[in-house]
Amino acid sequence: MKERAEVVVIGGGINGSAIAYELAKRGKEVVVVERKWLAYGATGRCGAGIRQQWSTKENALLAKKSVEIFEKLEEELGHEIGLRQGGYLIAIHDEEDMKQAKKNVEMQRSIGLPVRIIGEDEIKEIAPILDPKGMEAIAATFCPTDGHANPFKTTYAYAMAAQKMGAEFYKFTEVQDIKVEDGKVKKVITDKGEIETKWVVNAAGAWSSKISKMVGLEIPNKPVRKEAMVTEPVKRTFDCMVISFKHGIYFSQQDEGQILGGIPSPEEKVGYYTQPTFSFLRHMAYTLGKYAPPLKHVRILRQWTGFYDVTPDALPILGETDIEGFIQCNGFSGHGFMIAPMTAKLLAQLICGEKLDMDIERLNMSRFEGEIVEEKSVVG
Amino acid sequence: MKIVCRCEDITEEDIIRAIEEYGCTTLAELKQILRLGMGHCQGRTCLPIAAKILARKTGKSMEEIMPSFRPPVVSIEVGVIAKKVKK
Ligand SMILES: Cc1cc2nc3c(=O)[nH]c(=O)nc-3n(C[C@H](O)[C@H](O)[C@H](O)COP(=O)(O)OP(=O)(O)OC[C@H]3O[C@@H](n4cnc5c(N)ncnc54)[C@H](O)[C@@H]3O)c2cc1C
Ligand code: FES
Repeated sequence: MKERAEVVVIGGGINGSAIAYELAKRGKEVVVVERKWLAYGATGRCGAGIRQQWSTKENALLAKKSVEIFEKLEEELGHEIGLRQGGYLIAIHDEEDMKQAKKNVEMQRSIGLPVRIIGEDEIKEIAPILDPKGMEAIAATFCPTDGHANPFKTTYAYAMAAQKMGAEFYKFTEVQDIKVEDGKVKKVITDKGEIETKWVVNAAGAWSSKISKMVGLEIPNKPVRKEAMVTEPVKRTFDCMVISFKHGIYFSQQDEGQILGGIPSPEEKVGYYTQPTFSFLRHMAYTLGKYAPPLKHVRILRQWTGFYDVTPDALPILGETDIEGFIQCNGFSGHGFMIAPMTAKLLAQLICGEKLDMDIERLNMSRFEGEIVEEKSVVG
Repeated sequence: MKIVCRCEDITEEDIIRAIEEYGCTTLAELKQILRLGMGHCQGRTCLPIAAKILARKTGKSMEEIMPSFRPPVVSIEVGVIAKKVKK
């Protein structure tokens, strides 16, 4: 382990790995400290859906810019990432939904997203497996450039490319404390040794508030247990991700043919409780059967849990803090995979003193001192 | 060529390559990279064999190489579970 590094990134999920790559690419000496293995946290447990249809402009822009990066990422990193752009189909259930959808679509189109509102007939055309009646849907919004990437492949692709450019990854190494001197970060203390540094990036996912406490900063993030399940692989029948804000369900068919999805479980809890529940499975199976009746005959292979790192407005916390050199990169709630490419680029620009491609002042943790504008388009 | 995971079609060579190329030391990492143990039988056939290969290549003991467990124990139809919902 190095005794000194310019930047120490805490957490080897998609965000930590992507930031390490963006920094190494800019010639920074960077190390990543990961308590377990790469993608052990939310990244390795997520739906890995990529959606640009958000109600806040910040999320929509981060996602749109990230899609532009995802589209060229295999070429840039030299590794497969399993990107598939089959679109996101978001159910509209009633007139009130329709009002919000129209508002969202207007904003999304204003930033150049090819989103449109589609009727029941077109829902059936795009995904014949769906039953609009069972979905209780009167219409839907659809964005064909939304999609999915493989979260393991994408994380490893970033990490391998970062290592090629000199970044070092320390697995099975836990950050236990961070020393601050004169209001600046000084040293990261792990169970395997100490690393002197000027910059610390807190990309520890659902454990970010614990890391923040090490430098004396409180963030409002809460770990919320989420459950997901996957079925056996079946013949390819639909390409889009199907979601509903009202029912909270999301599901799609993966590259190998499995149906992967989730829904808020009736026993959802705050805290680090990891036991999968039968009530989730029951609720998921019931709702999935309503949305796509033919899937009733598909067998469920496994279920698991993971954590959302949830902020009061469902927007991430990015950027500088009152402690010089301590950078936040967390609070991604249910969508930290899809915006990681752009997030990583922006934070690397910030650390390297470059001009940022996009203003992230609104995402600074200082926003919680004022009135907050909540992201409404959340699922899972 | 020795097949280790029949469900996902993964050979001993694939596993050794993943261990060497990616520096894997756990079954969890092999699952992520190769889809080892993610097939129909949920790894009942292949994980013990893969664990032996890992133990041999990394010098770890079999106890250290513990797989994580994701229910259900056997696969079950969506419709069968959906029937359990009380309306
Ligand atoms: C069920 C589920 C479905 C989801 N679906 C989607 C989706 O469809 N699309 C999407 O974009 N997002 C989705 N998300 C959210 C997404 O998974 C996360 O926002 C994203 O993966 C966060 O990545 P990260 O790198 O910031 O954090 P993580 O992947 O959680 O990584 C944090 C890492 O920090 C490590 N760590 C923690 N404490 C320490 C310490 N003290 N020392 C060293 N290391 C430490 C952990 O071991 C962990 O590996 C989903 C999440 C869940 C749970
Ligand atoms: S043999 Fe590997 S999952 Fe069945």
